[in-house]
Amino acid sequence: MGEREIVLEVDSLVRHFPVGGGLLSRRRGAVQAVDGVSFTLGRGETLGVVGESGCGKSTLARTIVGLDSPTSGHVRYRGVDVHAASGRELRAMRRSVQIVLQDPYTSLNPRKTVRDLLTQPFEIHPDVLPRDRRLSRVKELLDVVGLNPDHLDRYPFQFSGGQRQRIGIARALALEPEVVVCDEPVSALDVSVQAQVVNLLRRLQRELGLSYVFIAHDLSVVRHISDRVAVMYLGKVVELGDRREVYERPQHPYTRALLEAVPVPEPRGRASRARTLLAGDPPSPVDPPSGCRFRTRCPKAQSVCAETEPVLRIGSTPAAEVACHFPEQTPLARLGGA
Amino acid sequence: MNAPILRVDDLSVEFATREGAVRAVRNVGLEVFAGRTLALLGESGSGKSVTAQAIMGLLDTPPASITSGSIMFEGTDLVTAVERVRRQVNGEGVAMVFQDALSALNPVYTVGHQISELLRVRRKMSRSAARARAVELMERVRIPAAARRVDDYPHQFSGGMRQRIMIALAVALNPRVLIADEPTTALDVTVQAQIMELLTELQRENGMGMVLITHDLGVVAEVADDVTVMYAGRIVERGSVEELFEHAAHPYTRGLLRSMPRTDREDDELWAIPGAPPSPVLTPKGCAFHPRCDIAIDLCRSEQPGLEVIAAGRTSACHLRAEVFDGRA
Ligand SMILES: Nc1ncnc2c1ncn2[C@@H]1O[C@H](COP(=O)(O)OP(=O)(O)OP(=O)(O)O)[C@@H](O)[C@H]1O
Ligand SMILES: Nc1ncnc2c1ncn2[C@@H]1O[C@H](COP(=O)(O)OP(=O)(O)OP(=O)(O)O)[C@@H](O)[C@H]1O
Ligand code: SF4
Ligand code: SF4
Ligand SMILES: [Mg+2]
Ligand SMILES: [Mg+2]
Repeated sequence: MGEREIVLEVDSLVRHFPVGGGLLSRRRGAVQAVDGVSFTLGRGETLGVVGESGCGKSTLARTIVGLDSPTSGHVRYRGVDVHAASGRELRAMRRSVQIVLQDPYTSLNPRKTVRDLLTQPFEIHPDVLPRDRRLSRVKELLDVVGLNPDHLDRYPFQFSGGQRQRIGIARALALEPEVVVCDEPVSALDVSVQAQVVNLLRRLQRELGLSYVFIAHDLSVVRHISDRVAVMYLGKVVELGDRREVYERPQHPYTRALLEAVPVPEPRGRASRARTLLAGDPPSPVDPPSGCRFRTRCPKAQSVCAETEPVLRIGSTPAAEVACHFPEQTPLARLGGA
Repeated sequence: MNAPILRVDDLSVEFATREGAVRAVRNVGLEVFAGRTLALLGESGSGKSVTAQAIMGLLDTPPASITSGSIMFEGTDLVTAVERVRRQVNGEGVAMVFQDALSALNPVYTVGHQISELLRVRRKMSRSAARARAVELMERVRIPAAARRVDDYPHQFSGGMRQRIMIALAVALNPRVLIADEPTTALDVTVQAQIMELLTELQRENGMGMVLITHDLGVVAEVADDVTVMYAGRIVERGSVEELFEHAAHPYTRGLLRSMPRTDREDDELWAIPGAPPSPVLTPKGCAFHPRCDIAIDLCRSEQPGLEVIAAGRTSACHLRAEVFDGRA
């Protein structure tokens, strides 16, 4: 690999949401949704992000694209601070960094036709393309994502879930962005449409040099699309590395637990198959455990884990970083489907 | 096997639209048995959610209309039942976890309020008992710090947490049948496994029957007893989960199983069924799958194949069902 051309830099990003105590309690706290996340994304690269529901993935996504503001820390797109930018810089950033939202049902305005939905980005950024060229560009976009340009005057509900998700992708691509943050772009789709969308995203990446932050619960999809994978737990990245390292030699006990929980797509013999499931409940993000946040559910926890917070650093191989006092060294025996 | 708790026969649903009638569900039949899980699989837009909404009586009529069929629950046809009966069945008889948790929860009330109101109205619980039970239900679906978050509004929860709150609401009245529309899509694998365990536990305790609508073939393989596959509004195949995964008897099912990505590989290109699903307004003549089917014959372009038995407990709607079933085509 040559020199990486960094397009996006996330630096010690923190986003806390204040919450009230109960009626009778005066105590107030904050949901520590994202708590010190850092990574870089190179041109043409895909970073997969996985982790428990509620660990802060969508908050991270929204903060990266500027839909939410950080409590502290920075996001830089080609060196420009996304949250400090204004005027021309802000407009350029808004255009170059796009998001595909988690929910295909609520993220498209039901009263707008596909034509409206896809021309809207050009109305917000009128300088990108003169008015008389917009329609042909919109048709081109539909073609790129594999939708029929004859369906321009249909409303979102007249499309299937997969088609709606492609409308969301077409919209994100309208202004020729450089970075696309995809929050669960395929989880509502059947596996065949899902495969089509993943193949489409990869083709666009090859052709246009796009970079993706790709958030998903489906660990197999993440493995297929990512160059590197970040595993989050309760607002923090606990492991970050090349996909093969993370999937075949996961070092963090949480990563291992996650991979071991992947259901095996093979009904016969399921009764005798013991799936090791993570014990215990996720702790409250309002007052997370001291030291290592995973310690309340970690089978390997020692007293040091409650005292000192492990920092994310290179473990047994330079291809992955891990935040654990006792990283695992052995390859994972069982992979879902193996 | 005993009689089904819920039995859907020949159900068809149409939507009136500007472009003509959308025949979203066509002659669908389903049987739900106590303590068993029926998985409903199919492409996006094949009519799974509309079928579920018809069972729950949630379709807006118009634009929707039920053009044929019956939905029998404990001797009552829910299609023709009066509003009072219908309301009684919902929640206690048949309950549903919606695919779209954010719009199913009311944004202006706290989640605790929404759960306790249900218990107050339907179970005549006192305010404090209902609130305590709401916290208990939230704990059961593993919302961390439930007692503290019971007064939060839906938008303050993550996508996955909202989905779990939906599940808490759906099981609050111990329904006889639970229809779960993508109950675990927004959940990571560990919480997903816990939720499926919780649902299976409820099934064991109360003999609850379950219809599980999901795209996750791994989850289907782990929990379903029977599988029904839909394509373009119709049922194309039925069978027990083991048999269907081992020998699909319909080319669509076969393509679906083949498209499944695997955690143990890094393919550059994922295999996908070529082409796009048909428009719900203009379904192709003959077999709706023929434009995408790699073994289609002339007959497929002119004649609609019926859903016919191929082996014990197995049915398929394909002219070449026998050949597909035993691997000759
Ligand atoms: N506006 C808000 N106010 C208060 N808390 C919030 C808000 N938005 C998110 N949170 C909290 O922040 C945490 C992280 O939420 P986020 O949506 O980022 O999770 P996620 O990783 O995307 O989860 P999922 O996989 O379920 O979508 C959760 O505890 C959530 O309840
Ligand atoms: N209000 C409506 N008006 C017109 N057509 C509709 C309406 N609601 C649903 N449809 C159509 O009915 C068909 C079936 O939709 P349904 O939501 O049941 O699909 P599904 O199988 O649940 O798909 P998914 O897996 O994407 O959730 C789709 O083609 C959809 O566009
Ligand atoms: S630091 Fe300790 S508690 Fe945390 S993951 Fe490592 S071993 Fe477990
Ligand atoms: S009926 Fe014909 S087109 Fe339809 S699935 Fe069977 S072989 Fe394919
Ligand atoms: Mg999310
Ligand atoms: Mg649906």
